[in-house]
Amino acid sequence: MTKNETMTNKPKIILGMGTCGVAAGAKALLEKVEGYIKEKKIDAEIVHVGCIGMCHEEPLLDIVMPKRTRVIYGKVTADIVSKIIHSHVQQDKPEKEHVLSQMLPDDGANPYPGIPYYEEMPFNRKQQRIVLKNCGFINPLSIDEYIARDGYESARKVLLSMKPEEVIDVVKRSGLRGRGGAGFPTGSKWEFCRKAMGDKKYLICNADEGDPGAFMDRSVLEGDPHSVLEGMIIAGYAIGANEGYIYVRAEYPLAVKHLKLAVPHARENGLLGKNILGTGFDFDIELKQGAGAFVCGEETALIASIEGERGMPRSKPPFPANKGLWGKPTNINNVETFANVPQIILKGAEWYANFGTEKSRGTKVFALTGKINRTGLIEVPMGISLKEIVFDIGGGISDGKAFKAVQTGGPSGGCIPSEIIDTPVEYETLAAVGAIMGSGGMVVMDNASCMVEMARFFLNFTTDESCGKCVPCRIGTKRLLEILERIIAGKAKGNEMDILVELGSTVKAASLCGLGQTAPNPVLSMMRYFKDEYEEHIKDKSCRAGACTALSRYIVSPDTCKMCGICVKGCPVDAISDGTKKSKKPAFIHDDKCIRCGICFEKCPFDVIYTKGAKKAVHAKEEALGEVKA
Amino acid sequence: MVKKVDLCVAEGILKKYTDGVSDLIPVLQDVQEAYGYIPEPVLYFIAERLNIYPSHIFGVITFYSQFKQKPAGKYIVKVCVGTACHVKGSERVSREIHELLKVKVGGTTDDGRFTFEEVACVGACAQAPMVIVGSDEYGKVVHGEVKKVIKKYQKS
Repeated sequence: MTKNETMTNKPKIILGMGTCGVAAGAKALLEKVEGYIKEKKIDAEIVHVGCIGMCHEEPLLDIVMPKRTRVIYGKVTADIVSKIIHSHVQQDKPEKEHVLSQMLPDDGANPYPGIPYYEEMPFNRKQQRIVLKNCGFINPLSIDEYIARDGYESARKVLLSMKPEEVIDVVKRSGLRGRGGAGFPTGSKWEFCRKAMGDKKYLICNADEGDPGAFMDRSVLEGDPHSVLEGMIIAGYAIGANEGYIYVRAEYPLAVKHLKLAVPHARENGLLGKNILGTGFDFDIELKQGAGAFVCGEETALIASIEGERGMPRSKPPFPANKGLWGKPTNINNVETFANVPQIILKGAEWYANFGTEKSRGTKVFALTGKINRTGLIEVPMGISLKEIVFDIGGGISDGKAFKAVQTGGPSGGCIPSEIIDTPVEYETLAAVGAIMGSGGMVVMDNASCMVEMARFFLNFTTDESCGKCVPCRIGTKRLLEILERIIAGKAKGNEMDILVELGSTVKAASLCGLGQTAPNPVLSMMRYFKDEYEEHIKDKSCRAGACTALSRYIVSPDTCKMCGICVKGCPVDAISDGTKKSKKPAFIHDDKCIRCGICFEKCPFDVIYTKGAKKAVHAKEEALGEVKA
Repeated sequence: MVKKVDLCVAEGILKKYTDGVSDLIPVLQDVQEAYGYIPEPVLYFIAERLNIYPSHIFGVITFYSQFKQKPAGKYIVKVCVGTACHVKGSERVSREIHELLKVKVGGTTDDGRFTFEEVACVGACAQAPMVIVGSDEYGKVVHGEVKKVIKKYQKS
C-alpha cells in the first residue's frame, strides 16, 4: 500500500483521531461526516488514523479519490466539512479555501494542479520520518494495513534467517542509542542482557512518558502500535526473552486502548505467542498500566512498580541487565527505540547510520510546543540545529513575539537561549550547553516566560514527584524550590544565586537516581544563561516578563497605545479605563484593581503593554510618561 | 464513619487475578474503576486475599497519584499543568476553575458533582492549555472558555 493508496476504488475520507485531534474537535467532525455521507448516499470509506504531526492544523481531514493524490485539509470544523465533501468527493474538485497540501504523486496517482505538496511544505521539508513513517497514514487498529506497508517483514527476517548475535550486531552498527533520553547504545544494552546468566529473561517497553510537555511515545502508540510490538519481538529474540511487558501511562487512555487491540491482533496472526511463524520461538506481551508516578520512568522504579511495589528506584549496580524484574536479567527500552528497530533491520545498519552525525545516528522525534506558530510532532535527522527546528519547521514564535529560549528534556533538562540556538541536536552537544536530549519534549518560550518562574515550575514538579527515598533529592529539591519561591515573592536576601548553585550541584552529585541527579538542571541552566534576570529578581525585585505577580505591574505606554480597546475588553476585572477610539485616551491600568493575570499583556496586538517592578513607589502613569519621554 | 461497602464487586475482581503481589496495582486499578475510589474495607479484603500487609497496600495507594481514598465527584475536572500548558497559561485556567467551583485542587464540590484535579501532561501539548471533564477533552481553553466548558456539566 502506498501513500496515496491508488488501489482504492472508493473515495476515502481520512480523519486524524489521535488525542490532539480529538481535543481539537475531531469527534464532532466524525459525526458530521458520517451523517453527511449517509444523507447524500455517498459511497465512501471513513478511515481513522493517528497523529500525522501537524497538530497546529487540527482537526485534520484527508480525502483520497480513486487514482488521485491524497489531499489534506486543515482546521476543518463541522460547519465547513459538508462543503469540502460536496466539492471534493462528489465533484472531484478539492475545496481550495481550506486545502493544505497533497501528497507527492510518487505512485502514479494523478495530482491536482495548484495545490502544494505535503513533503515540500516548510513544516515537512526538513523532517525525516522513520519512526513516524506510518503515523497518520495507516489505521492503527488494522494489522493488515501495517503489514501492507512492510510491517512484520523485519520480524520475519530476524526469526527465519538471523542469529540473535547477528541482530545485536546490526543494531550496534546502526548506532541507535536509547531514545528515552540518556542515549545509551541500544545494541550494547541488548548484548549485556544476552550475555547475562539466567534461566529466564524479561523484556520491558518503557511507555511511561512522564515528561510534562512531551507526547512522542503517545503518538507512536496511538498511531502505529504494531511498530513497537515488532521492535519488541526482535529485541526479545535477540536477548533471549519469552515474556515482554509494556508499562504504559494510565493518563494515555487511547494509547492503552490501541495496545489492547493490537496485541491480540498480533497473536491471531501468529506473530505473538507460542511458536511464532513456525520457528519455535515463543514470545508474548502483557500490558501493565502505570498509576501516575513520574519516577517510574526510571528503570529500577518501573520494575518495582510491575512487581506491585511502590515505584522507588534502587542503586545500581546490579543493573537490570543482570538483575531486573523478579531478579532476572531484564532489558528495558523506550517506545521510540523499539519503533526504530524494524526499520533498521529492514533497510540495514548502514542506511540508518547515514542519518545524523558521528555520535548521534538516525533521527529523533520531538514534540514541538509552546509559543510557536506550528506546534506538532516532528522527526528530524540528528545534527539539525535548534534554529532550524524552531524557525524553519516551527515557523518562528507566535503572535510575532521575540524568541527567548527553548527548553529540552523537560524537568531533567535545560534551556537554550537565542545566543546559542545554532546548537546541533546531538546527545553530547546538548549536554555540553547544560541541556539534554531528553525524551523529546521541546517547549519554546517567548518574552512572556520568566526564567525564574519556569525554574520554579520544573522544581515544583520534581519536588512533587520525588519518591522520597534518598535525602539529597527529597530535601534538596524542596529547599531549592523554597529559595526560588522566596525570590519570586520578592523576599530574596541577596545570596540566593550562590546557594542555588552550591545546593544544586550537591543534589546532582548525591542523588540516587536520574530524577534527583537531573532535577537541578533547569534552574542551573537558566541561571547560566539568564543571570541578569535572576539578579533583577533578587536585587531590584522586578520581573521583566511580568510572570511573577508579586514583582510586576502592567503599564500601558500612553504614546504608542493605538486605543484599539482589545485590552479593555479582555480585562476580567475591569481594571483598565479608556483605551478605546471613543474615549480618545490611551488605556490606563489601575494597579489597585489589577489582578496581574496578564491577559492584556498577551492580547495587546501592538506590544505597548509592558511590565515594571512593583517595588518602585512611583505612580505608574507618571513613570510611564517619564520613560516614554526619556 | 465506616459505611457499608459491597465486597462482592471486589470478590469478582480478585477472581481474575492469580499472581499475588504483582497483581496489586492492576487489582487496585480495577477496584477504583468499579467503586470510584479505594474503600478502606476493600483494602483489608485485598490484603487478606493477596496475602500481603494492609500497610503495604496503603503505601502503594498513597504513593501513586492515580489512587483515591475518597469518592470523587460525578465529573472529574482535570487541568493539565504540563510544561506546554504552563507556558500557555494553565495557571490562569486553574485559578478560574477554582473560582467557579469554589474548591481547591483535589477537592470535591458540596453537591458531589465536580472533583477538581491538576494533572501533569496529558500529551496533547499542541492543544495547550488543556482541560478534561470526565472523558471529554477540551483544547486551547483560552480566557472565558472555562466558564462555557463547566456550564455544560452543571445541569446534566
